Amino acid sequence: MPKPEKYEFFIDISRCIGCQACVQACSECDTHKGVSMIQLDYVDRSVSTQTVPVVCMHCDSPTCAEVCPADAIKRTGDGVVQTARKPRCIACNNCVLACPFGVPKMHNEMNLMMKCDMCYDRTSVGLKPMCASVCPSQALFYGTREEIERLRPSSHPINSFQFGQQMITTKVNMMVPNEPHVRLIDIAMSMDQSPAPQLISHDPLLANLYEE
Amino acid sequence: MQREVTFAGICGFIATSVLAVLVLIGSRNLAHFDAALVAYTASILFATFGLTYRYTMWLQRPPTALYWKRGWQVFLKRKYLRKNMINGFRHVTEDMALNRFIFERSRMRGITHFLIMWGCIIAISITFPLVFGWLHFESVPGEIDMYQAHVFGFPTFTFPSGSIFGFLIFHGLVWSALITVSGVMLAMRRRMREEGAAALQFFVEDFLPLILLFAVCITGLMLTASYTWLKGYAYDFIAILHAITVIITFLWLPFGKFFHIFQRPAQIGVRFYKYVGEREEPALCRRCNTPFTSLMHVQDLITTEKQLGYNYEIPGTSVEHYQWICPRCRRAMLALAQGQLWQRQLGGESPASIAYTPATPTYVNPGLGEGPLGHEDANNFHP
Repeated sequence: MPKPEKYEFFIDISRCIGCQACVQACSECDTHKGVSMIQLDYVDRSVSTQTVPVVCMHCDSPTCAEVCPADAIKRTGDGVVQTARKPRCIACNNCVLACPFGVPKMHNEMNLMMKCDMCYDRTSVGLKPMCASVCPSQALFYGTREEIERLRPSSHPINSFQFGQQMITTKVNMMVPNEPHVRLIDIAMSMDQSPAPQLISHDPLLANLYEE
Repeated sequence: MQREVTFAGICGFIATSVLAVLVLIGSRNLAHFDAALVAYTASILFATFGLTYRYTMWLQRPPTALYWKRGWQVFLKRKYLRKNMINGFRHVTEDMALNRFIFERSRMRGITHFLIMWGCIIAISITFPLVFGWLHFESVPGEIDMYQAHVFGFPTFTFPSGSIFGFLIFHGLVWSALITVSGVMLAMRRRMREEGAAALQFFVEDFLPLILLFAVCITGLMLTASYTWLKGYAYDFIAILHAITVIITFLWLPFGKFFHIFQRPAQIGVRFYKYVGEREEPALCRRCNTPFTSLMHVQDLITTEKQLGYNYEIPGTSVEHYQWICPRCRRAMLALAQGQLWQRQLGGESPASIAYTPATPTYVNPGLGEGPLGHEDANNFHP
């Protein structure tokens, strides 16, 4: 069943408060009961409390699927990159290491890679993914483009990412500030960057939460 | 692409020819070949061509080709050969024969797959030699109650035809059908009741194989029921029906889910690759300087990505290629890149002005992504 087109996933990492609600909710999903697909990390625990929640970005040209020697990762017609097909996955780790966003998780005991499939059982029938439905700060947001524009007037969604010379476009959007206007995020530019909230004078989390 | 197709076609032709020659030799020039089974033989020959063709095409995909080559290279490395052979035997037993990793996914899934797999293996090991004329039974001259099994035309063991052993042997397909049907029923039950399965399954990919196996088993059991209890009622019709179901299943082998039977042993090669990789030089993340996989794996992935047309190079930096960044740092960099944009808008102290050595990002939850309580969550919420 195709996913309703009008709903989109928007991720705004700077809003994450590290509450782990998404991690818990994800493990309640019917397609992977008891196992969470969300990757939630402290960026650098020693200098900052900043956390980063990462769900699958559902690339238009998924590197994970292309490098899979077993042809186990499939992208559905509506652009959702599915988790590894169980009969095929040979647990080689290629996808885990090749994904530019660091999304897939390997479960060695099961010989199986599992990754976020945007709660296909829910989104394919018009429901919100588990993580987005519980996220208190709405760092993970699922709704229409009109809703996000109304709720976040000082930021806008983009879905293009630059990794070195490789541009990747994704189904999931990331919120970035309106000024300076950018069309893509160059990830490699943040190579030696430290977590920001501690260092900049104006707290971006609060600025982003309470729009003027 | 044309070259790969031609190569796969040639491999398919060779494999099919070899099997045809073996049928001729094994049946002593068709002397023991049962003409009634000719359609089965033809469908198996077709399946052999299809399977070899698809397998060869699959092996020529860049990531598969590299893994195939490396798998053999690491297996044959003198330093690890002995250990690889021991591990290989263990993996074949644990993974292939006992399906341990499927039991890890869930006990019921394990039981289901175990029943279907062993039911099919028993059935195939009986029917293929019979169909090809490699195995047949003859009465022992002078001893009318004794049967002798002939393999490849050579006489082997004898047994009384009316014995329990004889009963078990002659009804081997009945036992295998009962085992397979039990597994198929469990699989059907899961696919019809689980919401998660319902969201992801496809009729052709997931239901058709089960329906085919069910049809083969049930029509086969109907044949036994017909001659055992119904005095051969509708035997000819059921025999044709059974033949049709079996032939369709064979013809379907190269295309659908059944192909995983031939693909799956690749995981043994992956095990060797990982085992040797762990003992050789590691790859260090070029952001946090922490080992995250084997050097061989990163170098192989860079090669594969280039072959696939990806261009993750970062020229003019010490990183060189995005593949040299560990997955944790990739996630952290996503957050930092976004933070950098906010900083540009909101201002503040530039992080570049202070000396900062990036650390390895750490998982927020202690259960490595299993939920705040780790494995306990699985017990609490999904007993």
